[in-house]
Amino acid sequence: MTIKYQKPKTARRKIQPAPGRPQWNLRLYIAGKTPQSVIALNNLRLICQDQLKSNYSIELIDILKHPRAAHDDQILAIPTLIRKLPLPQKNIIGDLSDRESLLAGLDLMGR
Amino acid sequence: MKNTEIQSSRRSLPKSPTSIQGLDQITGGGLPKGRPTLICGGAGCGKTLFAMEFLVRGATVYHEPGVFISFEETEKELTANVASLGFDLDKLVKRKKIWLEHIHVDRREIEQSGNYDLEGLFVRIHRAIESIGAKRVVLDTLEALFSALPNDLILRAELQRLFRWLKKKGVTTIVTAERGDGALTRQGLEEYVSDCVILLDHRVNDQSSIRRLRIVKYRGSTHGTNEYPFLIDEDGFSVLPVTSLGLNYISSDERISTGIPRLDTMLSGKGYFRGSTVLVSGTAGTGKTSIAAQFAEAACRRGERVLYFTFEESPSQLIRNMDSIGIKLEPWRKKGLIHFHATRPTLYGLETHLTTSIKLINTFDPKVVILDPINGFVIGENQTEVKTMLLRLVDFLKMKRITAFFTSLTSTNDSMEMSDVHISSLIDTWLLLRDIEIGGERNRGLYVLKSRGMANSNQIREFRLTDNGIELLDVYVGSEGVLTGSARLSQETKDDAEQLLRQQEIGTKQFGLERKRDAMEAQIIVLRSEFEAEESEALKVIGIEKARNERFTQDKIKMSKSRRGDVSVKRSGNKKTKITSTRKIL
Repeated sequence: MTIKYQKPKTARRKIQPAPGRPQWNLRLYIAGKTPQSVIALNNLRLICQDQLKSNYSIELIDILKHPRAAHDDQILAIPTLIRKLPLPQKNIIGDLSDRESLLAGLDLMGR
Repeated sequence: MKNTEIQSSRRSLPKSPTSIQGLDQITGGGLPKGRPTLICGGAGCGKTLFAMEFLVRGATVYHEPGVFISFEETEKELTANVASLGFDLDKLVKRKKIWLEHIHVDRREIEQSGNYDLEGLFVRIHRAIESIGAKRVVLDTLEALFSALPNDLILRAELQRLFRWLKKKGVTTIVTAERGDGALTRQGLEEYVSDCVILLDHRVNDQSSIRRLRIVKYRGSTHGTNEYPFLIDEDGFSVLPVTSLGLNYISSDERISTGIPRLDTMLSGKGYFRGSTVLVSGTAGTGKTSIAAQFAEAACRRGERVLYFTFEESPSQLIRNMDSIGIKLEPWRKKGLIHFHATRPTLYGLETHLTTSIKLINTFDPKVVILDPINGFVIGENQTEVKTMLLRLVDFLKMKRITAFFTSLTSTNDSMEMSDVHISSLIDTWLLLRDIEIGGERNRGLYVLKSRGMANSNQIREFRLTDNGIELLDVYVGSEGVLTGSARLSQETKDDAEQLLRQQEIGTKQFGLERKRDAMEAQIIVLRSEFEAEESEALKVIGIEKARNERFTQDKIKMSKSRRGDVSVKRSGNKKTKITSTRKIL
């Protein structure tokens, strides 16, 4: 089961902050296509479209396929959302159904 | 009886041996195989070490690879921490025997939004198990999750799921948890892990720390229920289930010399039994250590190894002191036959003393073990514990057929037969040394208070330390009572003088008799010589008379010749006969 997790190369290309504007890089960890993971992804997309317009990228990582990734990013809870950029890194766990805490977790309150 | 119980349980439930010294004995074979076990205890009581030793032994001894999921220490820290116990984790990790996984969680970085589960943890554990084919898993302080992740309700449900999942996987799991107030664990993990719960405890009594282990529960198996002392040292974890030892050791008929010929004589001529327990008790300065040293020396002479625990003197001091009474220990020490282990009794707790002693005995493999003295352990009111400790030690030594020799200092106030540590029931041969104070002098007396399984002398012997070792002398028992030392000597001189006097008197009498006899014989000689003088005088007279007579006869013949007479001459012949008979009478 040691499937080597290949870091998506496209993601790296996306982390190129355009001058004067913060580039948002989000990573969502799920474990298989469960109702919970579908809900989480939908919730995340809604918020991003609403708050960040098109200035973001989302990486979806299935730890069942890439178990090593769970180790590298110290994932315990599923789903886990990691804000890779902008720094500092932020972790939000859950299906992201609580909009308030999701906004707080992403430092998007008051926007 | 306990043994048979444990054996029968061994059949009923598969167990996963820990290879931790002693633990497998009290659990009847190890931890429940394929099930989770909870190890709980306060900070610093050795939970992580216990778990790690379980994994390492599993990997090295039983070929069961193991996964260590650490919520507190990183892989590097863990490796460094257990390196001191001789566990080379790096090597084991490289050989895929052990998998270390540090799970770092920090609550400050985590926000919750909606429901979650712990699938991430499951996946990581799964990955670790599958990577090395693990049979054993440790979750070191799973409770860290409670402080790291929000929402206890979800956590609890997930942990329950985790344990079911682990059971289903058939891995033997150890979960460690901090002890909570009034409960076994802070988060009540014992509710989920119900197969086996082991409690570790670390408490301080009279300034010395004692580690103890207790099996709180073990579903489907009987187990030792006592608190067992355990030790963590450079060889790892060891539990001492010595209380579970039965009285089923085989006793020896072999006898070994005490090193003191006359003491051997007192013990029906052969000395102690091999594997027996000997106690020498007495007040200060009665020579307990000397008897111990003499015994040690005798054992060395037989080529046996002696382990000498000295709790009051340093080895060099002991050797010097014994040297002064002609007991040479240094050559034996150089030959490696005698090993001294000097510690202050107060240095560690009793259990640590016991465990270190047992370890030392196991490594040195002696035939004779000396503890000099055992009183030092008694501090305050811990006599029961000291007795328990000695009981365990005695049991252990008897199992190994090692002769144990204890010395014990009795205080002068107590009855002599009362040892400070009430261990008389453990003792097979008990020698008592006592002061005998007579005539402004202190002397040592020795007697055998008891000696199981042999005829022993009921006599008190005077016990002397000479330049050539220990000497036992008969005490003076006479009209004046029991005397020792100078009193004995003076009494003996007095007796000698009296005897001399009597001999002289007899001599005088004999002499007088001789003289009387001499006097008498002298008188006899005088009388005889007087008589002889008289006799010769008489003979002379007789001779003259005879001559005269003869002449008279001749004259008569001459006359008759001249007168031509015929008178017979025979008459003179008759006269001669008559004289001879007269001499005979004289």
